[in-house]
Amino acid sequence: MSSHGHAATPAPTSSAQSHAPSSAYTEFHPRWYRPKISTYWWLGKWAYVKFILRELSSVAVAWTVALILAQVWSLIRSPKAYSQFARVMSSPWMIALNVVAFAFLLLHSITWFNLAPKAMAVRVGGKRLPAVLISGPQYLAWIVISAIVLAIVISRG
Amino acid sequence: MAQTIQLRVSRYSPERDTEPYFQTYEVPVKEEWVILDALNYIKDKVDGTLTFRWSCRMGICGSCGYMVNNEPKLGCATFLTQYAPGPITIEPLKNFPVVRDLVVEITEFLEKLKKVKPWLIHDDGNGAGEYLQTPDQLEEFRQHSMCINCLLCYAACPISGLDPIFIGPAALALAHRYNKDSRDQGSAERMAVLSHPEGIWGCTFVGECTRVCPKHVDPAGAIQQYKLAGAIDGIKQFLMPWGQRQEKQ
Repeated sequence: MSSHGHAATPAPTSSAQSHAPSSAYTEFHPRWYRPKISTYWWLGKWAYVKFILRELSSVAVAWTVALILAQVWSLIRSPKAYSQFARVMSSPWMIALNVVAFAFLLLHSITWFNLAPKAMAVRVGGKRLPAVLISGPQYLAWIVISAIVLAIVISRG
Repeated sequence: MAQTIQLRVSRYSPERDTEPYFQTYEVPVKEEWVILDALNYIKDKVDGTLTFRWSCRMGICGSCGYMVNNEPKLGCATFLTQYAPGPITIEPLKNFPVVRDLVVEITEFLEKLKKVKPWLIHDDGNGAGEYLQTPDQLEEFRQHSMCINCLLCYAACPISGLDPIFIGPAALALAHRYNKDSRDQGSAERMAVLSHPEGIWGCTFVGECTRVCPKHVDPAGAIQQYKLAGAIDGIKQFLMPWGQRQEKQ
């Protein structure tokens, strides 16, 4: 882009613009400038970066599900298979990977709970329920279930 | 002489330019001046060739949407002082073809708007007189009826830019507004058109449309509510394929 001025020029085709153009006119008009969207469009704004991270978090969810299935499968197979699984899981790179996956899982869950009230417009007595009454029970259930799982892990450990 | 501020305005002439360029103008800053006042000052006193849309100056007509420092804003509701000492960059709304300077082409949007049937659909036509509605029934959709079609939401929505056939936030919110209207019976008709990847399922809930909406219409919320209704509709059809779609009274 450069910065330069121009002399006034009348727009010869302005009549087509002011009289609601037909769809054929739209399709074949050669003069409009259509900006191209960069592959990295999402890097320009924090809101877009957050959105991409939220979408990426589904990969972490899939990874965790696969990991749990592998754990159950090795448990069923043999004690040797399970100890081999446990060895792989305790390697430093696997721990690092799972720390990242856990962070994404938290992001996934929190954004899900926060967005749920947007999708659920529950009206009671003519008034819309406040968001906290929709996301609150979900957070509560999440905390209770996590506490139960943690208690089981600690008591068996 | 009053304090001044620099405006970097995107210019594009379809007769001469292959791509837009920026032109810088110096305009006075007055406390009560909005972006639109500054553009009108340029048009009147500095450069009569600058082209931009505007009409009501009071957030009703939805004509003066521009990108102000890369944020979609209404020119009539955005004060110069909040950007002092400047400069302020003004560009045409994103995700639309540019006709000239700050004017964008919106025919594609108008075609999308027609698809959602944004009018009351009623079996008995117009012969039944007035349709009564309680304040509670009005409250069900009032928020989504405040849209002024300013298209800021389309400029904020990355999906609208990446997927030009996506119906987009304002049109889908308007469809939801009519679905929630107790006088309307067209929700099944609209669902058949909008329960598609280019309709409600195209939305990935970025949420920026709601943030930039100057009338607090909450298009993102409307679309998610519409998705929920679509999912319930789909499950009903799967479980009861022999049943008729239940229309609203």
